[in-house]
Parts: sequence; C-alpha cells; structure tokens
Amino acid sequence: MLPTPGLPSFDYIQPASPADVTKMLLKHDGDARLFMGGTDVFVRMRDGFITPKFLIDVKRLPGMTAIKFTKRAGLTIGAGASMNAIARHPAVVEHYPILAQAIDSVASYQLRTRATMGGNLCNASPAADTAPAAIVLGANLVLYGRRGERVVPAEKFFLAPGKTALKPGEFLLRIEISPLPKGAVGKYMKLGRNAHGDLAIVGVAVLGYPDKRAKSGYAFRIALASVAPTPIRSPQAESVLMSSPITPEVIARAATAAMETAQPISDVRSSAEYRRAMVKTLTRRALEAVVDLMHGT
Amino acid sequence: MSQHSITLTVNGTTERATVPSNMTLLTMLREVLVLTGTKNGCAAGECGACTVLLNGEPVNSCMVLAVEADGAEIVTVEGLAHSAPDKAGEAGRGHTSPVTTGETGRGHTSPVTTGEDRWGLDAIQQAFVDLTGVQCGFCTPGMLISARALLDRNPHPSEAEIKDALRGNLCRCTGYTRIVEAVKQAA
Ligand code: FES
Ligand code: FES
Repeated sequence: MLPTPGLPSFDYIQPASPADVTKMLLKHDGDARLFMGGTDVFVRMRDGFITPKFLIDVKRLPGMTAIKFTKRAGLTIGAGASMNAIARHPAVVEHYPILAQAIDSVASYQLRTRATMGGNLCNASPAADTAPAAIVLGANLVLYGRRGERVVPAEKFFLAPGKTALKPGEFLLRIEISPLPKGAVGKYMKLGRNAHGDLAIVGVAVLGYPDKRAKSGYAFRIALASVAPTPIRSPQAESVLMSSPITPEVIARAATAAMETAQPISDVRSSAEYRRAMVKTLTRRALEAVVDLMHGT
Repeated sequence: MSQHSITLTVNGTTERATVPSNMTLLTMLREVLVLTGTKNGCAAGECGACTVLLNGEPVNSCMVLAVEADGAEIVTVEGLAHSAPDKAGEAGRGHTSPVTTGETGRGHTSPVTTGEDRWGLDAIQQAFVDLTGVQCGFCTPGMLISARALLDRNPHPSEAEIKDALRGNLCRCTGYTRIVEAVKQAA
C-alpha cells in the first residue's frame, strides 16, 4: 500500500509579528500550533496524533533564521535557523563544534535542511540530540509571550516528555550561547540502532575546561539524552571529576555516576538495562575524548 | 481550508499555482505540475525518494508545504539534465527522462546509448548509467539530487562523506555499492 501523501486540513498562517503569534496561540488555545521545519509536526499530523486547525509558520518573522556571533556576546541562533545552517556556520565549527556534532547525528542531510534546533528543543523529546549539547553549552532560551521576552536556561526548559517551560501564548525566539570558558572542549556521542541518523538510544554530551577552583584542575558539564523523561544533567558525575585528579579510574567512576543518574525506560529502541550500560560506556568514551582534546593529544 | 496563490521556479520555468494549505511540495510537483520523477516512498521524511533542491539545498519535498515554496527555486530530477525534454520545451511536462540503457561494463550487450549527446545528462546521471547505480529506479531521482547537492557543496568528497550525504536516501535494490562508486566517478 502506498503511504498517504496528504496531511489533514488546516489553515496555514504567516504571522506579521511576534505579538500576532501570541495572540493567535491564546485565541485558538490548543487548535493553533507553531511549526518551524515541520519535520516533526507534519509526521505527527499525518499519523493523526495531533490535529491543529491552524499552523503558524514563525520562521519568516524577522530575525528568526539569523545566526550571529561575536567574541563578546557569543552565539545567537534564531529559533527557525535550519540545523544545516547552524552546523556549517563558521563560528559554530570553530567555537562550538559539539553543537555541530549533535546536529550531524540527526536524521539525514536533506531533513536537516528543514529541521531546526528551535523545533528540536521545543518538541521536548527526551531523545532530542541538540538538548544535551544546549545544556552543557549553558544555552539560554529567549521566549516571547504576553509580557514580552523572558529567558529560561536550557537546563530548566524541559519538564516532561513533550512538555516545556513555555506558557500559553509563549514561543521560542532564539537560543543564546555565551562565549565558553577558555580552553573549553566538548564532545557529543550518540548510540542509535544504526550508525547513522536514528533516534538516540543514548546521547551523551560532555564539556570540559580548565578551572583553577577544581581540585582536578578541570571542570566538566555532562548531559544525557534519551535516558530519562527529559534531557538531564549529571551533577554527580561532574563532581566526581572536580574532586580528584583526572585518571582513568576517576573517569570510570564518573561514568558509573552518570549511569546512576539515568532513569531510562525500555522501549522499541532499547531495554532500560542496555541504556544504563551504554550511558556508562558513552560517558567514559566522551570523557576520554574531551580529556585528550584538552591535553592536546 | 485556506488556498494560497504561489509563484515559484521549477527547473528554470516560472510556475503559478493555487494550493490548499495542506498540500505538500511533493504532491504539488507530482499531481499539479505532473513532474512524476520525484517519488513518494514514505511521506514521512524517512526514505529520501522525494528529495528535490529548494534554493540549492536538498529537502524532503514531502516535508515541505507547497505554500512554503512560494518564491523558491526548485530543481527536480527532470531538471538535472542540461537539455532534458522539459527544458527544451519539446515534450509535455511530466514526461520522464528517456530510458537510457547503460553500458554495464561487464560485457552485457544491451543497446547502449551513452545519453551524453542526446540528453545532456548531468555528470552524476551519466555515472549512474555507466556504473549501473540503478536497478528498479525508485530511489534514483532522490539519490541523484542528494548526490548532486553533495558535489555542489563538496566537489571531492571522501567515501565516508558520500555515504553520510546519502544516508537519507534508502535503496532496497542496489546494496549501495554501485551508487557510491557512481558518485565517486562523478566527483
Ligand atoms: S517520501 Fe519524502 S522522505 Fe520518503
Ligand atoms: S534501485 Fe530500487 S530502490 Fe534503489
């Protein structure tokens, strides 16, 4: 049987301003939905999981697809910027390669022409690949709503599967990432059912940087995807790495601590047991890679 | 449901259409413009058979609304050959590219038309013909577009880069080896 190419009926709306979007969202509570690249929304509509009456195309609002970088302010990514545009942006390649790694692990090149980081974050899938990267990069999400703009750190944005800190009428305008601490390096590692582009069974993002206050001389940020109801950080693993010099043994202990932070479920992609074991393995590998990079080997 | 008047360029020709909100670019190409080279394999962004160039970048046309393509420049597989019938305006739209039987390089004696002169095939099309990167052909239009887009942004890709760029194009026939070889030849 041929797949149905059609989407259920809806009205496509191009809003004139952010205020317009908020107004529409509030007026048609539940019946109006934003979309960016549509790569998630269209599939869920086609499969009948959601039936919005209005689809609001926010990516054409001014600044929505802009990507800007300055040494002082860092990186600003419009919520509607495509994943490919982000991953190929010279500033991302040079200063935030972990973001490009996370993006390149998503689906396929042609899908990433459409898919956006904003959409990836707002869908709040526990498996979202850009979420752990956003968390370890300390990204701030700038939201727009009835009272204008407000900022929520990526770490506080995810509340439950599919649930974010967005309030009624609010939507994501842009993602801001400050300049990273000097000497920071990061690594995103992902395990899927195949080598390329599958949803994550486990995703691990690690950022490390020299920090005089840490006993080890280094501070780390570790975030995990697909092993809890939301993308999560592992403070336990991070503190293991702060408190004693970095040795293979300490890395192994941190990896075990990360595994203990995870609260995975079993699903079609993997059992919970396997996920736990892989959190440990991937965290260890990501840490080893980051430590090597920091030592310039 | 609202209707939208759109104007876009498809394979170098300006097209106007009135489309409902829920029509995908894929449906518009196939059913309104009758450019049936672009295939519908899954309508879910998974298989890549529907890949076209939108403003020079490959997209899954099943994941784009027709109304979003307003003002855009689209290239489908029909637009790859430099003197395809559509471009020359000799044949009606929707007539697919001519069937060209390729030299398999293994002594098969099927009639060989290199295509080069008659149809001005793109280098990537010619390579698929020369190296038999085609079996049933269903994935081929999407493969060709993805490969063309890769070579446009990276004229000398490594084998790993080729495989990575084609990972969104599924083929159930060839086993991919000859497709990767063909992209190497065209590079
Ligand atoms: S038909 Fe569009 S990706 Fe399969
Ligand atoms: S040639 Fe048949 S699917 Fe690729």
